[in-house]
Amino acid sequence: MNAAARNFEIELQLLIDAIYLRYHYDFRDYARASLKRRALAAMARFSCATLSQLQDKVMHDPAVLPVLLDYLTVPVSEMFRDPGYFRALRESVVPVLRTYPSLKVWVAGCSTGEEVYSLAILLREEGLLSRTLIYATDINPQTLLKAQAGIYDMDRVAGFTENHRSSGARTSLSDYYTAAYGNVVLDKSLRQHIVFSDHSLASDSVFAEVQLVSCRNVLIYFNRGLQDRALGLFRDALCRKGFLGIGSKESLRFSTCADAFQELSREERIYRRKDEP
Amino acid sequence: MTGPGRADGTRVEAIVIGASAGGVEALNQILPALQPDLAASVFIVLHLPRGRPSLLVEIFASGCALPLREAEDKEAVQPGTVYFAPPDYHLLLEAGPRLALSVDEPVHHARPSVDVLFESAADVFGARLLGIILSGANEDGADGLASIRRAGGVTVVQDPALAQESRMILSALSRGPVDFVLCLDRIAELLRAPDQVTSSAFRATRRA
Repeated sequence: MNAAARNFEIELQLLIDAIYLRYHYDFRDYARASLKRRALAAMARFSCATLSQLQDKVMHDPAVLPVLLDYLTVPVSEMFRDPGYFRALRESVVPVLRTYPSLKVWVAGCSTGEEVYSLAILLREEGLLSRTLIYATDINPQTLLKAQAGIYDMDRVAGFTENHRSSGARTSLSDYYTAAYGNVVLDKSLRQHIVFSDHSLASDSVFAEVQLVSCRNVLIYFNRGLQDRALGLFRDALCRKGFLGIGSKESLRFSTCADAFQELSREERIYRRKDEP
Repeated sequence: MTGPGRADGTRVEAIVIGASAGGVEALNQILPALQPDLAASVFIVLHLPRGRPSLLVEIFASGCALPLREAEDKEAVQPGTVYFAPPDYHLLLEAGPRLALSVDEPVHHARPSVDVLFESAADVFGARLLGIILSGANEDGADGLASIRRAGGVTVVQDPALAQESRMILSALSRGPVDFVLCLDRIAELLRAPDQVTSSAFRATRRA
């Protein structure tokens, strides 16, 4: 590795340690290659020539942290991304969820909320939302606020609508939003069933027993150790026979928690917690 | 199969290939040249329409002597294996080496992006990397190939005059010198024995 690349690696480690020690946001076990790209983007945003300069800024100016967090945390998703996943939830998971008198769902790493509202809409279509509480968690307080607002750019809605339709929708997506000023605002009644909350898969623990965990394209940003930690939390949060959905290119295959789960849909990466822990 | 290697004895441990429009045809011509005893791993980003499963493994399997796989997150890299980036995910290399995927924003409107693969591979493999840009109609890959050059790796582009789409290649060439500009037959020859990349046969075409 050449000197510049090695320097950058050292400075990235120092920046991550500084953020952790100063603000307790823990990126130490994030996958480095994509974190490096995002750190480079942040460097450009703050007009810093080196990551050490950025470290200086974030250490001494707390106002820098929220902006930096937006660069370092997982990016936005889209509504009903991978429609097949939602179709599989309808077909294989919803029939079991119906048997519970009340439901709790955990969307871990919810970012700006697209996945949360997708699940809320699906559960309403299936007649389950009225007895469901969805916990939507993320480490970034600003993205949680955005998620809570439920406002999305109108330009993205055509894609959302197409995804929703292919997910086996029983209604029209337009039933769930109001358009105004180039944006759409999602129906407030969906939000009554969602609790948005600050939670870190790297440092926090289990907070509730849930029947379904959906955590898609979050684990890919973690190294194997942190993936195991997160999957351990999901295992411990899920009730017996509870369901876990992960991203279409994620896998439990390499995880120490693999034994706790059985595969329900290989294609759509839906797993079920085994009876015995 | 191993040749004399480069002057400094550096071996090629990884080969990264980026292609877009016209890429399937180009890969069809060069992948059959990979030998079953290849020590290097091969990583390919081919721009694809999103929202449907990739058939690349099926398309190229019959003509390639090496195992072909769609990349899986955090998988340990195997020698002599060809990995394709899955549609709608960036493919990156991590220390180990291991594969990593991301859904970060598209780069040059592309996910997977050639730049993302090439830049992360340059970090991991440095001078032990061979990067190849094939046919394509956008600018993805130019920054990535420049990273490989900076890291001391070998850079190759398909001859733009002979490529189905030349923009991706011209864009890479505009960013600085590359080691070789070759027709597909010569790229295939290079892939047959990548460690011979500085042998006399190739030196003739090497650009300063």
